[in-house]
Amino acid sequence: MIKTDILIIGAGPTGLFTVFEAGLLKLKCHLIDALAQPGGQCSEIYPKKPIYDIPGFPEILAGDLTKNLLEQGKQFEPGFTLGERAETIDKLEDGSFIVTTNKGTKHHAPIVAIAGGLGSFEPRKPMIDNIDTYEDNGVAYIIKDPEVYRNKRVVIAGGGDSALDWSIFLADIASEVTLIHRRNEFRGALDSVEKVRELKLLNKVNLITPAEVTALHGKDKLEAITVTIDGQEQVLETDHFIPLFGLSPKLGPIANWGLDIEKNAIKVDTLDYQTNIPGVFAIGDVNTYQGKLKLILCGFHEATLMCQSAYKIINPGKRYVLKYTTVSGIDGFDGSRKEAPKAVVQSIN
Amino acid sequence: MSDINLKIKDREGVIHQVVAPTDMAMNIMEICKAYELPVEGTCGGMAMCASCQCYILSKTDLPEKNEDEEAMLSEAFFVQDNSRLGCQIAITEQLEGLEIELAPEY
Repeated sequence: MIKTDILIIGAGPTGLFTVFEAGLLKLKCHLIDALAQPGGQCSEIYPKKPIYDIPGFPEILAGDLTKNLLEQGKQFEPGFTLGERAETIDKLEDGSFIVTTNKGTKHHAPIVAIAGGLGSFEPRKPMIDNIDTYEDNGVAYIIKDPEVYRNKRVVIAGGGDSALDWSIFLADIASEVTLIHRRNEFRGALDSVEKVRELKLLNKVNLITPAEVTALHGKDKLEAITVTIDGQEQVLETDHFIPLFGLSPKLGPIANWGLDIEKNAIKVDTLDYQTNIPGVFAIGDVNTYQGKLKLILCGFHEATLMCQSAYKIINPGKRYVLKYTTVSGIDGFDGSRKEAPKAVVQSIN
Repeated sequence: MSDINLKIKDREGVIHQVVAPTDMAMNIMEICKAYELPVEGTCGGMAMCASCQCYILSKTDLPEKNEDEEAMLSEAFFVQDNSRLGCQIAITEQLEGLEIELAPEY
């Protein structure tokens, strides 16, 4: 069981900044995120795109903002449960919560802060009638262990970086790799496109474009697929089919936690961004209130106010007053201390 | 710069007549959001999610698709010949009378 003061669901910019603000109040944080790396949309959707409205940064790449936020909070030693989706929440008698992920990891905390953005990112499944029946039986949307594909025939579909990168990677592992895409053009890093072109010439990747996988066949497991090329159908035998059509956010299981939800967002009290469940807060893009703006800078503000309220819940009656980091410095949980250099007083004789 | 009139058919078949300003650098996705129509605009307008996909119903002259839009539409679902990404179509006076339909959500 992982124990912490504030359990943050979602490791996007708002969740990451919460670590810093909580740390100033000597509260420890642990973050859960469905993605394999922190940063949320900033690292998953647009790491190389600039953001122009972070105060004090005329321009910063989304990936660099993530890096900076991790650096800013690192002395408060946040814990991470990555690649797992927060599935259920149970309230204990003492008012604290147990949050369990889809992989069964349990987290115990007196405060839960949902900073889930638009939801957890889930693979976009192609619309092929019987695809569900072959899931984990030849069809996978995420590659967890490449060894599964050793000496097997693999068909990958998609036109982005992940389709290209996995085709390249699996070319050395699988007995046969076929990449199918609806267009002749790929949207991916130039060197990946070049590499796939090279592998095609070496007959290590079989490229079929413009084409689409339109049917799956097999008795107990996937045995073949139908590829439609220019209206002509062709059956191709394969052991695995991996459609890589990107990820789309879904509010997911949080929608069933008994929270007040309006248009896919969680309603909060703007006093401290607490939800209708005392002790559960919602901050950043995931919440809604009158006048809400889905901006990273608004998420930072909400995280800061929320932490003050969390402190009062965790430390009832214990007085505290807002301090300024420039004056007080920062004491990390790792024993580090950051502080402004002391003024040197010298007399002039 | 004057306002223009658009007709937007939502996923229930209801047609919304909306007035869009041409001087605020807005696009179709943003106009839908401004009128609280059910368009998510997940990626914020970077042609990276297709949640603002719409079908063009009128014969309005539209700017050509750029590479990003073409690429996203090639990976999206429910794509038809008249599919466009709302976020890639800027609101200009040229669009007066444009009629669109929101593509199904995925």
